[in-house]
Amino acid sequence: MKIAVCLKPVPATDTRVKIDAAGKRLDPAGVSMVINPYDEFALEEALKLKEAAGSGEVVLVTVGPPSFAATIRNGLAMGADSAVLLGAEGELDSLQVARALAAELKDKGYDLILCGKQAVDDDASQVAPMIAELLGLPCATVVAQLTIEGAVAPGATAHAHREIEGGIEEVSFTLPAVVAAQKGLNEPRYPSLKGIMAAKKKTVEERPAQAGEPALEVIGLTLPPARSSGRIVGEGVGAVEELVRVLREEAKVI
Amino acid sequence: MAIVVFLEQREGEIKKTSFEAVAEARRLADAGLGGDVIAVIACAPGQEGGAAQAGAYGADQAWAATSPAFASYQPEGYAAALVAAQQKAQAGLILLTAGALGKDLAPRVAAKLSAGLASDCAQLDLKDGRLVATRPVYAGKAIQQVGFRSQVAMATLRPKVFPLTEHRAGNSAPVSVLEFSPVEPKLTVTKISAATGGPADLTEADVIVSGGRGLKGPEHFGIIEDLAKALGGTVGASRAVVDAGWRPHGDQVGQTGKTVSPKLYVAVGISGAIQHLAGMSSSRCIVAINKDADAPIFKIADYGIVGDAFEIVPALTEAVRKLH
Repeated sequence: MKIAVCLKPVPATDTRVKIDAAGKRLDPAGVSMVINPYDEFALEEALKLKEAAGSGEVVLVTVGPPSFAATIRNGLAMGADSAVLLGAEGELDSLQVARALAAELKDKGYDLILCGKQAVDDDASQVAPMIAELLGLPCATVVAQLTIEGAVAPGATAHAHREIEGGIEEVSFTLPAVVAAQKGLNEPRYPSLKGIMAAKKKTVEERPAQAGEPALEVIGLTLPPARSSGRIVGEGVGAVEELVRVLREEAKVI
Repeated sequence: MAIVVFLEQREGEIKKTSFEAVAEARRLADAGLGGDVIAVIACAPGQEGGAAQAGAYGADQAWAATSPAFASYQPEGYAAALVAAQQKAQAGLILLTAGALGKDLAPRVAAKLSAGLASDCAQLDLKDGRLVATRPVYAGKAIQQVGFRSQVAMATLRPKVFPLTEHRAGNSAPVSVLEFSPVEPKLTVTKISAATGGPADLTEADVIVSGGRGLKGPEHFGIIEDLAKALGGTVGASRAVVDAGWRPHGDQVGQTGKTVSPKLYVAVGISGAIQHLAGMSSSRCIVAINKDADAPIFKIADYGIVGDAFEIVPALTEAVRKLH
């Protein structure tokens, strides 16, 4: 059983966004990087599958600058066996990232490729289906429940619950496959002290990303227009009447 | 340069948000992009009739890719149909809706066509004849503008942001058959359990009433549900209460949950962590009810009441009911 987990380091979700001098990117000063929360669900699922099987290999794969290695160590501390960092400077678009990952994952005997359903920095939700398309594999996205019949091996049948608007879509497919994790799939573990120590000895292989040419170009990044502070219409239940009046007459929303 | 717009259907009924995309394509074509607007539907045979309605929103033609397998979503087949449409039309732009289906389908098509794809766009513009997409990133904490370097550009449009303009009211688009090479499905939909007749999904709701830790326990969400019902809205939740297991994760608003922009957002017992504010601060009108007058939520709320939610919310529900 061999599972790849695609990880992306992203700014922690409590980051206050500041724009860099060029006006195109987030100012990285003082920003702490974490594993993309959806990728943690993907990694947890891989670790659970490996534990259930009693053996197997979980490999982390990421695309980016050498500084990403530090965040990837957290994934190794959670229990992944090894990691591959596909080196690239500057920001790549989703198709470039997918190309680099697909080139790395191709023909290496992976039974399952797990990703997060989106990265919480660019919110693009593109990489998982793109990898699947480039490798000719089935892909289930926004997966909140995953069941694999028997061993995680080529030819095994998998069933997934995908979240769609106002409901659940149940899908079936055959491994090898790409699965993109949604919140709710599992509860990601915290690294243990033993895991953190062990991670220091695990290997992070580095090689250049085969990303190809960009298809998108970031022109600018700005802060959203600030909301003007509103007003407290009152205190306690006595303010309800006034609230209903302003919602009807000023805001015209009820 | 033709524009292809994908029409999302369920049981032959086309989603309104797809017509928002058709109307936007028409606006871009008239604003200088030029070419025909072609609406493409993938559905089971006999379900394609609804595609004609795209004419009212500005589609010149509607093309139908039909297959018995298309009664439900079939990723590889739908992607093959869209690629066939792009090639037949020599389209330079493909638009889809950024719903669950569009977000799954668009990247597959983009990978096939080596197309740049801008996800979940809030605005499209032509600047010096070139398409520029404006899209929220970091769950709305920042706004990114992207241009395209690829021959074919693709964008998914955030639902309910683009106006549903009937550019050609009363028109219907001629529907013709789109030939495409059938592909072996790699994934099949076995069942859809949809909450039929229930409240709208958070991303499509006009009114959202969200509860946070101030409600003290899952058993108190009844007052949130009652207010949501009285307002014709959908229930949301903060991350804290989802992580505590009080509400399903599908209810979560904010970063690692849903980004929403309803007409009215009522936050009850939610202090307003930055991750929550990111996901809802583009709502048109925000009401906060919280016992802590210093809670950050009041800094972005249009209207606030300071006090006990357990008294205020039922009184508000009663007052709203009386309006009807």
